[in-house]
Amino acid sequence: MKKRILSLVLAASMATMMLAGCGGSGAAEAPAADETTEETAEEAGEEAAEEAGEASGLTAETVKVGVIYVGDENEGYTESHMKGIAAMKAELGLSDDQVIEKTNIGEDEACHDAAADLAEQGCNIIFANSFGHETYMMQAASEYPDVQFCHATGYQAASSGLPNMHNYFTSIYEARYVSGVVAGMKLAEMVAAGDVTEDAAKIGYVGAYPYAEVVSGFTSFFLGVRSICPYATMEVKYTNSWADMSMEAQVAKELIADNCVLISQHADTTGAPSACEELGVPCVGYNVSMIEVAPNAALTSPTNNWAPYYIYAVQSVIDGTPMDADWCKGLADGSVEITELNENTIAEGTAEKVAEVEAAIKDGSLHVFDTSTFTVEGASLEDKIAEGGDYAAYADFVSDGYFHESEATSAPAFDIIIDGITAVAE
Amino acid sequence: MNKKHAAGGSVFHLTKRSSISRKKAWAIRFAAILLSLLVCAVFIFMITKQNPLQVYAGIIDGAVGTNRRLWVTIRETMTLLIIAVGLTPAFRMRFWNIGAEGQILMGGMMTAFMMINFGNTIPSGLLLVLILIVSVAAGMIWGLFPAVFKAYFNTNETLFTLMLNYVAIQIIDFCIVYWENPKGSNSVGIINAGTRAGWMPQVFGSDYGLNVIIVILVTILMSLYMRYSKQGYELAVVGESQNTARYAGISVPRVMIRTMMISGGICGLAGAIIVSGASHTISTATAGGRGFTAIIVAWMSKFNPIAMLAVSVFLVFMQQGSIQIASQFGLNENASDIITGILLFFLIGCEFFINYRIERKKESGEG
Repeated sequence: MKKRILSLVLAASMATMMLAGCGGSGAAEAPAADETTEETAEEAGEEAAEEAGEASGLTAETVKVGVIYVGDENEGYTESHMKGIAAMKAELGLSDDQVIEKTNIGEDEACHDAAADLAEQGCNIIFANSFGHETYMMQAASEYPDVQFCHATGYQAASSGLPNMHNYFTSIYEARYVSGVVAGMKLAEMVAAGDVTEDAAKIGYVGAYPYAEVVSGFTSFFLGVRSICPYATMEVKYTNSWADMSMEAQVAKELIADNCVLISQHADTTGAPSACEELGVPCVGYNVSMIEVAPNAALTSPTNNWAPYYIYAVQSVIDGTPMDADWCKGLADGSVEITELNENTIAEGTAEKVAEVEAAIKDGSLHVFDTSTFTVEGASLEDKIAEGGDYAAYADFVSDGYFHESEATSAPAFDIIIDGITAVAE
Repeated sequence: MNKKHAAGGSVFHLTKRSSISRKKAWAIRFAAILLSLLVCAVFIFMITKQNPLQVYAGIIDGAVGTNRRLWVTIRETMTLLIIAVGLTPAFRMRFWNIGAEGQILMGGMMTAFMMINFGNTIPSGLLLVLILIVSVAAGMIWGLFPAVFKAYFNTNETLFTLMLNYVAIQIIDFCIVYWENPKGSNSVGIINAGTRAGWMPQVFGSDYGLNVIIVILVTILMSLYMRYSKQGYELAVVGESQNTARYAGISVPRVMIRTMMISGGICGLAGAIIVSGASHTISTATAGGRGFTAIIVAWMSKFNPIAMLAVSVFLVFMQQGSIQIASQFGLNENASDIITGILLFFLIGCEFFINYRIERKKESGEG
């Protein structure tokens, strides 16, 4: 009997005490919590301010840089950031112990832990490279106001009200457009050779997630193709992952089975190119040259060069000059490019055409999202905006006959599915 | 401990020790740790040409080197510990609950649901209480399914709980479609970053003080429950032999269902601690494999709460240290996984020498 009572008491208290107990303290502590947060933030701020004070003339010898990577050197996207950091180090003459790099940091509290830890180690500027890191970087930015926080691919810096929070990206859509031209040349060659008919000239696109960054990417690629082959169409399928080698290979094969005659991708692995090599379908990669994995299929890959930004950002911290809340540069500044053209696979005259298109983009005579080159639900984008409804939201982006991608914010904003593209988000 | 002689090639055999002094058992364990550190040192030097002592120092620095790192290590330890505590009653009952991942995710999902939908309407303290209640309930339900099926239809609980993990992951994926920001990005981000509604408040000047209080409290209560309560005894009997239990008049289905509800409920609570007390977000990686790691923790500790705490500290220590050695020495995180693996191998392996004695054949003949 005694035992039964004991067990009852225990079971009951297990349920109630842990709930009520902490609930009570929760209510009591809530206002206090705010104070302590402020205190710690202030302390941290003071510390950082002291450091900044000492080194109001920060030099290339004293500046400290922290970097948070979502992956490591085995993953193409992070690898390209690592190369950018290494180039920045060489350019500015930073020593190894001035740059602290943390790899494989997830998109959760681990990112805030890492950012705060880097700030406490005395970093003056901290970078993070994955989309999901953003809110954790903002949290750290509010706690360490004298440290600069820079987040790649994000979109909230300007609106966050934090002067030390920055977003950066590249105008990768320009490089995607150029890679689309390369693909278009190939497609035109295939049509001329009678391998496919114009009606069947369908491209397959392996996308990661159905949101602006990816949509903007595949639209610019498609417009590049269209500039050569106005009859081309495109089918997009999503993997719902940034890097899933077997999934990407599988989706590429599904697209090919669905009569796609050329494949492109916005995902980080070599899955799609290896599938294309196996099935003998030409393809455009991403991030790195795919010639090694697909010598008979790869055409080229659009790629980011992060070095210009890292040099700019660290130099700004050394000079004490304010940094852009949104930074986005493209072909003209060497921030994006296409990798080496594969002589085995490209159509004749591609190199000349690429040079011509690149020059036109650089001098501003060619706009990737030229609204005269595409329609939305059968009408021009301007007409859709004038009609109102959902499209009215794009009014600020469209002027002078083109969609101003990545100008107001560094992250891509074009998320309209244009005519000719079939994209099914699950 | 005459291993050297045994290795000399003479015939040797194993005898089960009838008993071993506590002192000797700990001496063996200590020797195992020293040996494993030595092997790790050799490994580190051979593969990376780094000074092993510096690497060890890096691990320690990474885990407890600053106040913040210490608290992160404490937070992660507490999370791992409460999951192991949650698994304890199920495993003592020989109910192979490998579904902690799913139970954590369901608890975490309900926490995120409450934070997102009621963050602005319910006062903070009450919201936190509700969060804890619903997360426990969600974990309980996720533990209830396999228990009911096992109790009444004798289904295989290992497969059942494992499969429910995948169901939970799909449910989270489904919810993320509604909660993600911006649409299509698959990322929820920090929930209620401005208002901190539904976040666990600071205690002892730390964001994670409340995590410690809850986990320690649950651990103590569970330990008392297992050791002194009638229910704790019943589930141990069911674990030893269901026939014995039936013979003693214990309702096996009842004990099974009740125990799994407790087990699932605590894992659900762990989900609330992760989401409300640490990450403030939800994703399919919220459980992060800790539901499986906790099984190692519980088994290695033979369900002893102090030992569970020690093993949790050890594993988290290595994991946090690995982040530091990765950035300090350019060692990939895999390096620390290997070190952890070697340490675990020696620690588990040494139990063999605690239970058995190795003797030479010619010396044998004693009882």
